Amino acid sequence: MAAGPLTRERAMAVLDTVPDPEVPAISVVELGIVRDVEVAADATTTVTITPTYSGCPAMFEIEKDVRTALEAAGASRVVVRTVLSPAWTTDWIQPEAREKLRAYGIAPPGPAESGGLVTLTRARSPVACPFCGSSDTRLQSEFGSTACKAIHVCHSCRQPFDEFKAH
Amino acid sequence: MSEPTSAPNARPDAGDAGDVEDGEAGGIAAGDATTRERSVAGVRRKPEQDPLFEYLLRLGDDRLVLGHRLSEWCGHGPILEEDIATANVALDLVGQAAQLLKLAGVVEGKDRDEDALAYFREGVEYRNCLMVEQPNGDFGYTMLRQFLFDAHSLLLWEVLATGQHPALAAIAAKAIKETRYHVRHSSEWVIRLGDGTGESHARVARSLLELWRFTDELFERDAVDDAVAKLGVVVDTAGLRSRWDTMVEDVLTRATLAVPTGIAMQSGGRRGRHTEHLGHLLATMQIVARSHPGARW
Repeated sequence: MAAGPLTRERAMAVLDTVPDPEVPAISVVELGIVRDVEVAADATTTVTITPTYSGCPAMFEIEKDVRTALEAAGASRVVVRTVLSPAWTTDWIQPEAREKLRAYGIAPPGPAESGGLVTLTRARSPVACPFCGSSDTRLQSEFGSTACKAIHVCHSCRQPFDEFKAH
Repeated sequence: MSEPTSAPNARPDAGDAGDVEDGEAGGIAAGDATTRERSVAGVRRKPEQDPLFEYLLRLGDDRLVLGHRLSEWCGHGPILEEDIATANVALDLVGQAAQLLKLAGVVEGKDRDEDALAYFREGVEYRNCLMVEQPNGDFGYTMLRQFLFDAHSLLLWEVLATGQHPALAAIAAKAIKETRYHVRHSSEWVIRLGDGTGESHARVARSLLELWRFTDELFERDAVDDAVAKLGVVVDTAGLRSRWDTMVEDVLTRATLAVPTGIAMQSGGRRGRHTEHLGHLLATMQIVARSHPGARW
């Protein structure tokens, strides 16, 4: 990191280098969980983050990584606040980050379901395979290797793959 | 639950804030055994004295106990995908419980955080409904119980998310998204097993008769509900029941199962009167925290 006083912009740039521990292809900023950063005159840095899921076990790891990165960049003290509202949504994941997810082998999320009726039995349109692009895929389970992923199987290239669940 | 040493960071206004905030040092305080010792003694009082605390315990304990029950399937699921799914749902429920109990501790204002409330209360202090503490039975029993609970949960979160208590509304708005996945999963299994083979139908039909006695308790209303309504947590219990009946009947019909009638109802959990199963569950869940108070990893 470049030397010099820590500014809000630089703190944000530093956070954009902190990978999500469970999806290291994208940063915690790209994931949309960093909601705000404030740098006080004495370089005390306050980072506001929001969990992806209520029980996301990566939150402690993320907090530690955020702290370490900002301290290395000159923050005198790092305060990490956790807020629940507004609730995180996959709609906050930016287009470039979606492409990074696909390149990493994880199908990016579709648009998040808004309120209204719960469709108990719904025909979901197939999710495109991140490896071969085929739409000839099948949902194996809505619960995958982490809270935020579903498992699909591609009939075309015969690869199982993760999908970042719309949330 | 969260890291076992996170100390409460009660602020006078936190109960009304739109978020639940961690302490600035990540909520970690070393050697916090005194809080634990105070908590072990427990606090006996009438529920009406602190209705919001009581209400949050009911919500939190339902999810903590059911989350623990589901976690018992880890490594024992009928297929790998379901092993993963039940563990995922358990994680969501325990996460929701952690948020609810953390808020309960702030509301109570007696220096008890979510871990103190989870690990250092006795069975009689637990406020969960009886359904969630029942042993898992077979996979069909677990999925049916999950569906009956998830349907109630989703409808309740939808009400609480629009409520006048910002911190609870924030927890609810987050939980809705998770619960949508849960109810879809559990309802699909109820339909698949009910409308499945003769064996799966017979088993899930028997489970329905066993579980139905615990369903009225989900819609019990007492002085606590009326008192929290005055604080902005307004739940139309009869309306909730009617929407639940519609959703449950729809799924049971598709599962070729009949809604049971003439079943004698059981309740008592909201006042700390539990079945024998809760004590065994708590013994397993609390043993590490109680054997090593203040331990950290």
